[in-house]
Amino acid sequence: MADEKSDQKKYAKPLPRIDEENRPWWEALKRHELYIQKCRDCGDLRYYPRALCTNCLSPRTEWLRCGGKARVYTFTATMQNQAPGFREALPYIMAYVELDEGLKVLTNLVECKPDEVKIGMPVEAVFEDATPAVTLLKFRPAR
Amino acid sequence: MSLSRKTALAGVYEHPARFAPNKSMFQIMAESVRGALDDAGLKIQDVDGLCTTGMGMSGMGIVGFCDYLNLTPNFVDSTSIGGSSFVAQTAHAAAAIAAGLCNIAVVVYGSTAASQRFAIGTGGAGLGGGDPCDQYEAPFGPTTVGAYAMMARRHMHEYGTTSEQLAEIAVTMRLHASMNPAAKYRDPITVEDVMASRIISSPLHLLDCCIISDGGGALVVTSAERARDLKHKPAYILGCGETVRHPARGRRDFMEMAAAQSGRLAFERAGVIPADIDMAMIYDSFTITVMMTLENLGFCKRGEGGAFVSGGRLRYDGALPINTDGGGLSSNHPGMRGIFLVIEAVKQLRGECGPRQVKDCELALCHGTGGALGTRHSGATLVLANQ
Repeated sequence: MADEKSDQKKYAKPLPRIDEENRPWWEALKRHELYIQKCRDCGDLRYYPRALCTNCLSPRTEWLRCGGKARVYTFTATMQNQAPGFREALPYIMAYVELDEGLKVLTNLVECKPDEVKIGMPVEAVFEDATPAVTLLKFRPAR
Repeated sequence: MSLSRKTALAGVYEHPARFAPNKSMFQIMAESVRGALDDAGLKIQDVDGLCTTGMGMSGMGIVGFCDYLNLTPNFVDSTSIGGSSFVAQTAHAAAAIAAGLCNIAVVVYGSTAASQRFAIGTGGAGLGGGDPCDQYEAPFGPTTVGAYAMMARRHMHEYGTTSEQLAEIAVTMRLHASMNPAAKYRDPITVEDVMASRIISSPLHLLDCCIISDGGGALVVTSAERARDLKHKPAYILGCGETVRHPARGRRDFMEMAAAQSGRLAFERAGVIPADIDMAMIYDSFTITVMMTLENLGFCKRGEGGAFVSGGRLRYDGALPINTDGGGLSSNHPGMRGIFLVIEAVKQLRGECGPRQVKDCELALCHGTGGALGTRHSGATLVLANQ
């Protein structure tokens, strides 16, 4: 998962495995930019990133810049998780947010308490630099 | 080509163990095979089809289990789609028998989740593996219960469902468990008890979640003709369906479940409608799983689940009895509960359920949900009849 062992020591939560298929996504996040994939042949948008369009199986893909604006589709305050990194962070908020571009993304809501969250509430992307190699896409209440 | 009434369940056995630290998974499975074959009046030498999977098993676990029991079957199936696997495997065995690939198939499951302290579902372990999709989920700390809790929250938002309505389901399952001597938790509970139990992942409470136990079970599937010559009245397989749901590249309507598709297929293939069903076994990993499954199978409209589960409708003496064994919420949940759905349905169709017996039970439905509603899950539906 992690690129460097030293990252794993400081950062206990799971890190994504970055490979040739998903590298543009993770490199954009590292630049604090959000891009989603769009099929050059049929125009279908997709998340998470993958090599082929699920609608027409075309490998011809462009990356569409997103504004990072979204609304909360649903959420939960996690009170119990024994996994390292998360057990120290309880309670934390898991959520699906729906990007303005229409795609639902699983994420954490940050900079807010569970009782402040409402479904439909506008949120905005925040780029959390988890390690020098990995930046995660999280969301906070829109300002 | 229709599968309806060509095959039947001729033997069932639920392992009584709920905590078995001195037994291996394979021992529990082997004891379950013996139980189901005894129930059918068959010998191990009669078995020429074997279906199994398990969370504690390696990818080739089915071959290892054939080694353990010295089996060389003509048909093997280790479909592994979560807790629904054994419902799907029962259908696969039926199709194999109807196609002449084997004659007597055993579907078997065993687990020592409780004694080995697996952190299954309610245990609150993290989800995540090495598949591409996991790279976009595991970093955020998804749990099994959390993935279902997000669906409960959305259901409440879209339809006004309440925690009290979800609690009704847990209360009914506990009532049924109180009538099942093998159930792990048998003391009655109230809606207030559920509401007062701690939140595991909001809005789900501890008592909205399935229990963790050891356990196992087995089923014998054979042709209808052969089944009629065996010990018990056959439970005929009328229809089946299976499919999966996932985030659909970011476009999923999460209130729609695999059950909507697998259920429609099973009803069509069986030639029956939801109103015909006398009792249903609905995978109850969490209370919300039951409510959404009932909606998606068409027992009520989407969004009407809250009212539907209220007023005792799901009790053994109600209009649509479900999970009369006490379900995963109170009887047993060793990680993958699908096999117990089929076992209890067959016992109900035979009229063997004693105080919890559903009156005039002729047509039963089993629906297994595997995986997590909020990320990826499978659904498998079976319709069974005793005539």
